[in-house]
Amino acid sequence: MQELSQILLVLIALFSFYALGNSSLIGCIRIIALQGMCLGLLPLIIDRQGFGMQIILIASGMFILKGFLIPRILSYAIREVKIRREMEPLIGYNASLLIGVFLIGISFILASRLPLPENIRTSLLVPVSLSVLMMGMLMMIVRVKAVTQVIGYLMFENGIYLFGLAISYQAPWLIEMGVLLDVFVAVFVMGIVINHIARAFDSINTENLTNLGD
Amino acid sequence: MIYLFLIGIPALMGLASLLVKSDDWRPWILPLGFSIHLSLVIACWKTLPTPSPLGWFGLDEAGLIVLTLASAMLLVFSIYCLEYLRLRKERPNRLFTASLAFILSAVSLVCVSRHMGLLWVGMEALTLASAPLIYFNHNQRSLEATWKYLMMGSLGIGLALLGTFFLALAMPANSVKTDPLLIDSLILHARFLSLPWLKGAFIFLLVGYGTKMGLSPFHSWKPDAYGEAPGVAGGVLAGVMTSCPFLGILRIFQICSSAGLLEFSQGLLILIGLLSMATAAVFVIGQRDFKRMLAYSSVENMGILVLGVGLGPMGTFFALLHLINNGLTKGALFLSAGNIHRAFGGKTMDHAHGALRRVPISAALFLLGFIAITGSPPFASFVSEFGILRSALDSGHLGAAFGFVLFLAAIFIGMATTVLSVVYGTPKEKSDMAVQGDSPFMVLPPIILMSAVLFLGLWLPHWLTDALKRSANALNGVL
Repeated sequence: MQELSQILLVLIALFSFYALGNSSLIGCIRIIALQGMCLGLLPLIIDRQGFGMQIILIASGMFILKGFLIPRILSYAIREVKIRREMEPLIGYNASLLIGVFLIGISFILASRLPLPENIRTSLLVPVSLSVLMMGMLMMIVRVKAVTQVIGYLMFENGIYLFGLAISYQAPWLIEMGVLLDVFVAVFVMGIVINHIARAFDSINTENLTNLGD
Repeated sequence: MIYLFLIGIPALMGLASLLVKSDDWRPWILPLGFSIHLSLVIACWKTLPTPSPLGWFGLDEAGLIVLTLASAMLLVFSIYCLEYLRLRKERPNRLFTASLAFILSAVSLVCVSRHMGLLWVGMEALTLASAPLIYFNHNQRSLEATWKYLMMGSLGIGLALLGTFFLALAMPANSVKTDPLLIDSLILHARFLSLPWLKGAFIFLLVGYGTKMGLSPFHSWKPDAYGEAPGVAGGVLAGVMTSCPFLGILRIFQICSSAGLLEFSQGLLILIGLLSMATAAVFVIGQRDFKRMLAYSSVENMGILVLGVGLGPMGTFFALLHLINNGLTKGALFLSAGNIHRAFGGKTMDHAHGALRRVPISAALFLLGFIAITGSPPFASFVSEFGILRSALDSGHLGAAFGFVLFLAAIFIGMATTVLSVVYGTPKEKSDMAVQGDSPFMVLPPIILMSAVLFLGLWLPHWLTDALKRSANALNGVL
């Protein structure tokens, strides 16, 4: 089981990395869906004492919402958009991949320095969670399409969820469900706004959103 | 049980507003439901309700003060909405009405949470419930404001979640059986908390909830959102919603102060408070758009709040008082600003000039609100701002006191230029707008709010001072 969870973690990190270098909007949505599915499986695989109803509930909730529903909302939001590629990101794909590598390196160094218990420090969970989190933030900042910014946000959120798993803090299931529901509604609202942006500006480039300012 | 009602009644109203078909009758749901909610809240003042069995829900004085302010102000706003939504018939009001109800539900959840995770859930729900308010006008500018609000808000709230996890890590794993995020249990075991993690938690929660409050340098969404939202929505955002993340910061501050990190957290709060005031001073000068000006004034007042908390028990006392004063005044200011905006069809000094001639009561209220918010007597903000200055001097923070006075003066001058130009003078051209003069239902709510500010400035009821004092002492770990 230990190996399987390590493989899943590597996959999760790779998906983030792959999304950073992918210019196709649909491609990015698929990648974030796959990452969401891996995330849903993870709590079932990570060795834990108990294997109660709650874990199954959270895991299936994660799997369905992050693996299917949220990607569905995002592809629905961009169905009227003609340009399906990220055209001019603020930082190019090769450069963002390089920054991604750099972020992964930082995460490993950071994770080894954190005052964590020994068994957590040696596992892959913390460095992977930190790198997914930072790559998500990077994507939120450097991409100009509204959808890719949301995908960055989802990735950032996935990183935080992984961190919660890593410190083996089992939040009461009610709160975990609350967090999941909030994320879902957030993406739902963002999806609606993207749809309106697409209709109002005839594109989903957030570069158009520069009318306000001092 | 009371907690369930406080959260559930507004949530049910929200669902009801989604179901009601008629745009004319729907807004009436709000004042009805909000008055039931307010009477429940007032009942809580008699005796604080007992915490729920697992300790997840409970009301302390700080929570009760925020809840009362929110519930009362939303009731006043809902009366304004009756007339406002009638005037804005071209826009469907289903989402707008439901949002206001869901906001009160989320505010109640934040106020009664004794669990940092639950508090986070409420805070995120609050962000999402308020997005439709900003987007009410459905044009490109409001779309941009909504997008920025959602992105900044989500990033901030994500960092706050990370900070919440750090807090769970700070609790020693083996010694405690209860959930590591229960506020009361964190305070009880404060001596055993791991300090590096607690510091990390404080910083991340301050940044996260600070983004929601609109503290500088995380305030960039604020002028856009407040500028593009309708006046009443600006009032809800500035007067009601900013107090919830402030409550979140107070919670983590209380945990830090009982864990012996008082000076560390106070230092950060003073720093970020002064920075916010300085930012506001820079941007408020020469601001031609009076709604954006109010947004920067809100950045300033959020700065004053955290600065006050950083100055010890007395500063905290006046910061909590200022929370009430700022909320009420901002409500009156945004409502009257909305009236002026409508009368002139624009919200910059180029459009709006000589408001006193066109909408005399709203313009007078706007002027009075400006005088109150900048801390002039006899209004209540004078008492709280003067008190914060005194506690800065008493606690030996001379630099902070100097900066406080300097920025207040700069903001007063900056705001005065805009406000006086909007209020006085003669309107440039005849307006083709349908709005002529003030309509009674749209000036009554700001009059109520301003009278409350005046009343609190002249006389502070003893039950309020008692509650503020108890809360300030508890937050600073003084018994």
